[in-house]
Amino acid sequence: MNIRFATVTLLVGAVALAGCKTQAPDVLPPSSTETVQPDPVQTMQPTGPTLGSQAHFEDAVSGQNVIYFDTDRYNIDTADATALQTQAQYLARYPSINITIEGHCDERGTRDYNLALGERRANAAKNYLVSLGVDSGRIRTVSFGKERPIALGSNQSAWAENRRAVSVVIS
Amino acid sequence: MKLIRLFALALPALGLGFGLGFGLGSPAFAQDLGDAPPTAAAVETVEEEVGLTGSVTDDSDWEDLGIAIASFATDRNVSTPANASGTAALGRELSRVVFNDLRNNGLFKPAGPDALPRPTFQQITAPNWSSWTNRSAEMLVHGYVRARGDGRLTVGCYLYDVALRDELARAGWVVPPGEWRRAAHKCADLVYSRLSGEDPFLDSRIAYIAETGPKNNRVKRLAIMDSDGANHRFITTGRATALTPRYSPDYRQLLYLSYVDGNPRIYVYDIGTGRQTLITQSTNPTFAPRWSPDGKWILYSMAVSGNTDIYRVSANGGPSVRLTNTPGIDIGGSYSPDGSRIVFESDRSGSQQIYVMNANGDSQRRLSFFGGRAATPEWSPRGDQIAFTHIAGNFRIAVMSPRGGNLRHLTNSWQDEAPTWAPNGRIIQFFRTARNSGTTGLWQVDLTGRNERKLPTPVDASDPAWGPILP
Repeated sequence: MNIRFATVTLLVGAVALAGCKTQAPDVLPPSSTETVQPDPVQTMQPTGPTLGSQAHFEDAVSGQNVIYFDTDRYNIDTADATALQTQAQYLARYPSINITIEGHCDERGTRDYNLALGERRANAAKNYLVSLGVDSGRIRTVSFGKERPIALGSNQSAWAENRRAVSVVIS
Repeated sequence: MKLIRLFALALPALGLGFGLGFGLGSPAFAQDLGDAPPTAAAVETVEEEVGLTGSVTDDSDWEDLGIAIASFATDRNVSTPANASGTAALGRELSRVVFNDLRNNGLFKPAGPDALPRPTFQQITAPNWSSWTNRSAEMLVHGYVRARGDGRLTVGCYLYDVALRDELARAGWVVPPGEWRRAAHKCADLVYSRLSGEDPFLDSRIAYIAETGPKNNRVKRLAIMDSDGANHRFITTGRATALTPRYSPDYRQLLYLSYVDGNPRIYVYDIGTGRQTLITQSTNPTFAPRWSPDGKWILYSMAVSGNTDIYRVSANGGPSVRLTNTPGIDIGGSYSPDGSRIVFESDRSGSQQIYVMNANGDSQRRLSFFGGRAATPEWSPRGDQIAFTHIAGNFRIAVMSPRGGNLRHLTNSWQDEAPTWAPNGRIIQFFRTARNSGTTGLWQVDLTGRNERKLPTPVDASDPAWGPILP
């Protein structure tokens, strides 16, 4: 079960690396293959962040707790799939951890529509995790529309960084 | 009758302290509310002092009319809670409000009281014509204020044609001292309506969202103010993000979105009691609240598993009815003035566009075919236009006919969003966002697109919602 899971992950990850077209942010979260199978010894180190914290989660998935979307889109592309697979692995390893997925939009949309679009993005990420075997009851969604940008400029790269779904550990 | 209603309205406001204290102590009753504002008291028209009218004014050139607005007189300078210096000083303040209403909205060519002779109380009904004929003012506004024995104020307003030496209109109102500005707005509305032929709009209020803080962590508070920015009041404290308010047609309630429980959800805020309740008990997120013109229905949009549709619920509660049922985002909604149809926004065709349907959800069809995206439709209170946000590169405020034709852009800036109509359907407010800094402000523009101005607000501002003429 675990082995088959990891194989699928590696395959999709390879596809993602081969044809990464949609990711507009200048600086992408690293998505190297070693993050697919985090070293259990590393995560046990007493100096690292504690289990159940957001830092522990982000370390374990190598920052792939955020996925990005094209303008006005909410589909899960191959890079998103890779990130969500690492998240699913983490959630499989730590069944007591629950998460909230925050859906966000760039500022170039009207307020109401962006709230609905952010909800769509959060649900797209949630549905993908559920398809990987994560219990839907462990995943909450919330849309922030365009209310909480992470990049502050008004340009294409800032907007690309803001069109995102962020997985956050519920403490 | 009116007096009784006044007391009925004042009582819940007094009970506020108890209501809030209870709410704050109970974690299950999450609130983000400050003190409730006083509920507007009734303004009575003084029937016996109303008498109309004179000749019919040619309204083709009314924008160029010079209007002299003199200080309102008083029969006896007495103390009043409305002005620390008494009714004489209050008379001058009343005329200043009339002057600013007309000047700030680009109406006519008004001259204010500070540059004009001050008429006596007797001259209010018998103007000293010789002192007004050489002032390039075709029209003259006189008024008075009188303290009544019951503590309230009587305010009279008179519009004269200087060349004809004739009275065109007059009206009087009885107001509580705290509502004195409403009498001035009613006087300005009287002048505007009589000379332009349009319906009044100045005696009205605006709900909006006050914004402070950095772009990535804006503090957003529900706030209300008069149409001229006076009587400003914050409703929420800002601990929870508040968005998209809408005044009920009777001004007793506000619909708005709050993150007070961590999720975006629509609440009904009761202005008299300061209490708020969820629009629906569903745990799904709800957005984009709207009232029907008669105040009996509420539209809201709800996302279920990521799919957003428009629902209708009685303002008294009860079950909700789903009006749209497509896999896309259906959101917003604005009733036609007769309540028979609803214009709304949907991306069922692949991008945001404007659609119309019957009030029961039947006969949905697309209205906007302009290129780009079309969002946030709002039906004019006159019924003759639909205002919306046209997204084609920049965000611009535009209007079209209810059949979907006659597109006209009214603004041309980087990001203008969310039009809301003046009660008479002649002016549109919206909010403008600045590129990069993200600062926001309320603006308004008339239907020619020529008269555009920024509204003064204490801090940044967005999501304006202009209510109807006050009841």
